[in-house]
Amino acid sequence: MFEGLDAVALARMQFAFTMSFHIVFPAFSIGLASYLAVLEARWLITGREVFLNLFHYWLKIFAVAFGMGVVSGIVMSYQFGTNWSAFADKAGPVIGPLMAYEVLTAFFLEAGFLGVMLFGLERVGRRLHFMATLMVAIGTLISAFWILSANSWMQTPTGYAVNADGQFVAADWLKLIFNPSFPYRLVHMVLAAYLTTALVVGSVGAFHLLREQHLAGPRVMFSMAMWMATLVAPIQILAGDQHGLNTLEHQPVKIMGMEGHYQSHPNGAPLILFGLPDQSEGKVRYALEIPRMGSLILKHSPDAPMAGLDTVPRENWPPVPITFWSFRIMVGMGFLMFGLGLFSLWCRWRGTLFQSRLLHVFALLMGPAGFIAVLAGWITTETGRQPFTVYGLLRTTESASPLAAPAVGSSLIAFVIVYFTVFAAGVFYLLRLMAQPPHPGEVGPPSDVPARAAGITPAIEGATR
Amino acid sequence: MSIPIDIVTLWAFIIAFAVFVYVVMDGFDLGLGILFPLFPAKADRDVIMNSVAPVWDGNETWLVLGGGGMMAAFPLAYAVLMPALYTPIIAMLIGLIFRGVAFEFRWRVQGERNRNHWDLAFAGGAWVAALAQGIALGAILQGIHVEGRQYAGGWWDWLTPFSILTGISLVIGYALLGATWLVLKTEGGLRDKAYHFCWYLLFAMLLAIGAVSIATPFLHIQYAQRWFTWPNVALTAPVPIAVAAVTVALLRALAKRQDSQPFYLALALFALSYAGLGISMYPYIVPQSITIWQAASPENSQIFMLFGVAVLIPLILGYTGWAYWVFRGKVRAGSGYH
Repeated sequence: MFEGLDAVALARMQFAFTMSFHIVFPAFSIGLASYLAVLEARWLITGREVFLNLFHYWLKIFAVAFGMGVVSGIVMSYQFGTNWSAFADKAGPVIGPLMAYEVLTAFFLEAGFLGVMLFGLERVGRRLHFMATLMVAIGTLISAFWILSANSWMQTPTGYAVNADGQFVAADWLKLIFNPSFPYRLVHMVLAAYLTTALVVGSVGAFHLLREQHLAGPRVMFSMAMWMATLVAPIQILAGDQHGLNTLEHQPVKIMGMEGHYQSHPNGAPLILFGLPDQSEGKVRYALEIPRMGSLILKHSPDAPMAGLDTVPRENWPPVPITFWSFRIMVGMGFLMFGLGLFSLWCRWRGTLFQSRLLHVFALLMGPAGFIAVLAGWITTETGRQPFTVYGLLRTTESASPLAAPAVGSSLIAFVIVYFTVFAAGVFYLLRLMAQPPHPGEVGPPSDVPARAAGITPAIEGATR
Repeated sequence: MSIPIDIVTLWAFIIAFAVFVYVVMDGFDLGLGILFPLFPAKADRDVIMNSVAPVWDGNETWLVLGGGGMMAAFPLAYAVLMPALYTPIIAMLIGLIFRGVAFEFRWRVQGERNRNHWDLAFAGGAWVAALAQGIALGAILQGIHVEGRQYAGGWWDWLTPFSILTGISLVIGYALLGATWLVLKTEGGLRDKAYHFCWYLLFAMLLAIGAVSIATPFLHIQYAQRWFTWPNVALTAPVPIAVAAVTVALLRALAKRQDSQPFYLALALFALSYAGLGISMYPYIVPQSITIWQAASPENSQIFMLFGVAVLIPLILGYTGWAYWVFRGKVRAGSGYH
């Protein structure tokens, strides 16, 4: 099955596979944790039962998604050692502390308050419970802060020195943490997480509105989600543009890969809309392009010269076909989201937000769009960093563990089998939860026990005040 | 042996502390999974799951701190140990996936057959993870082939009779923690059954401690010298004596059926075994080849993290303690918090 593949290629496949599965869950739970905090806050302020119902409804979904994020995340943290031990040795002194801070400031916070958030409303009362929800939401954001700092340092390393053992060591921790691409990547990713969640919430709301227009829960969640899409999608497009300009400044070769610029363009580069990048020939076949538009977007001047991959040694080329296409998929999703936001705004203005079947079908179909965009975006930025793990400094081939190919091949097969069975089951359970509309008197996470099914009844609510 | 006071040693203790907290906290979670096949009734299984559902995730986070902290503070050790333990680590990760998702999935199924699948995942995942962790421990103790800054052995080096022994020992130890946890957190027939298992598991655990203690000095002459030469004996002799004392107390607590005591005494037994391991290994982090000083991160990395640890670990222990306090007391069937 893996003939001709060396251990490094297999390790890369394994990392890409496990990472792609993992990233989906945090992208969803970062947004959902914040959404839950908003729902609970609105319940506490307005006292309207619909917010509590929605809170409990999405809490059950959060519990399942969060669990899958945790177990797939532990795999990631150990793979640095098992499969990328040379990287762990060399970059451990700078990447390690950032990840250690992620564990100390974020993972424990989330895990410590998750139990109370899921099961504790009756035990601790409303205020402490809301605090627990907030802590979980804040924890997810702190986690994003540290892991994106670590990732960004690998893209745009600053604030480091190299010691006698060939290890990267910190010269200036602030410069290292707040490296040039970090603020852009953080904003872009957190907005992506919020959009992803909004699209899922909107999709579930639309699904139930298509079946029954008058349920309070689906109306509220659909309206909230569409506001989010309307407001955040354009901000995200702007943030993405800024992130792109930042990449052009610090990782110009990655931009060449994203744009398919094999050739240099001294008199203004075209914007290649579509085409088939041919890595061995070094050109984009069947390119559909707008002359000078590339220079206009990236340099804000139609005649600005732009260097191409022909100025870069071939051994330093990123895999252009992947980077090129994943970037287009991400951008396409972004504009679809923008379109959904605009369409929903128009329906809202016309007073048909809860009636327009066209809008509801559009929103329903857009449910997975956030996940697709997040995956495509990550593939763009990570393959665009190749052939390096620490950009320009440490090659991927020099980062891998001294493992035999059969060892890595076996673990890759094991991960593929396990992930497809376990996470397929999890996604099935999630979809089944989502297929039920939120009911009045909705109860929190799993209840198999009849006595518990009473959940938060008004009487208990009164008692806990 | 004398222990110098420097930041590297401090970090060795911090990582050792994180790993120990993981071992005992996830130890009783995993122990419940190991014991799961012995409690076939659904009502019992619901209570068992409920007894840890609010806290298991926090317990498992210590594993990430142990691993991530080691990469940060002792990157060379992390880079050597992880490839050396490749198969047991991957097996552990996969076991933890099945165990972890079962907490949520078994409540989401419709029908008994599907629930049985996730009960099997919970138990099987716990068995695999516990066995893999024990095997990894044995593989570390028996020594790892290092050349330069890299692991230089094969991908089956970890598998020896000694590592199998430590693997089985850890399964037994976790099961004892799990059984004593059930004594602490449950009542009625479930607790009676747990008491019953505690007896067998305690004897099995003592056998396991004895077997590993006898086998370890034969692995390397350094282990034997560490334990049996003067003046080290003054430091090492109290360990087996304390094990004996804790065992007596645990036997008494089981005989008198004092629900709250066996769990803490089992923790003490783990702490003593762990201290014994520490005595054997120190000052090596990869036995007989890499010391903690050779593996250490540059000082500024360790200092940078020390600020965080000093402030955050007490805070973490504080709110984790609060979460345990919120869910204190016996878990009753039908009134569980799940």
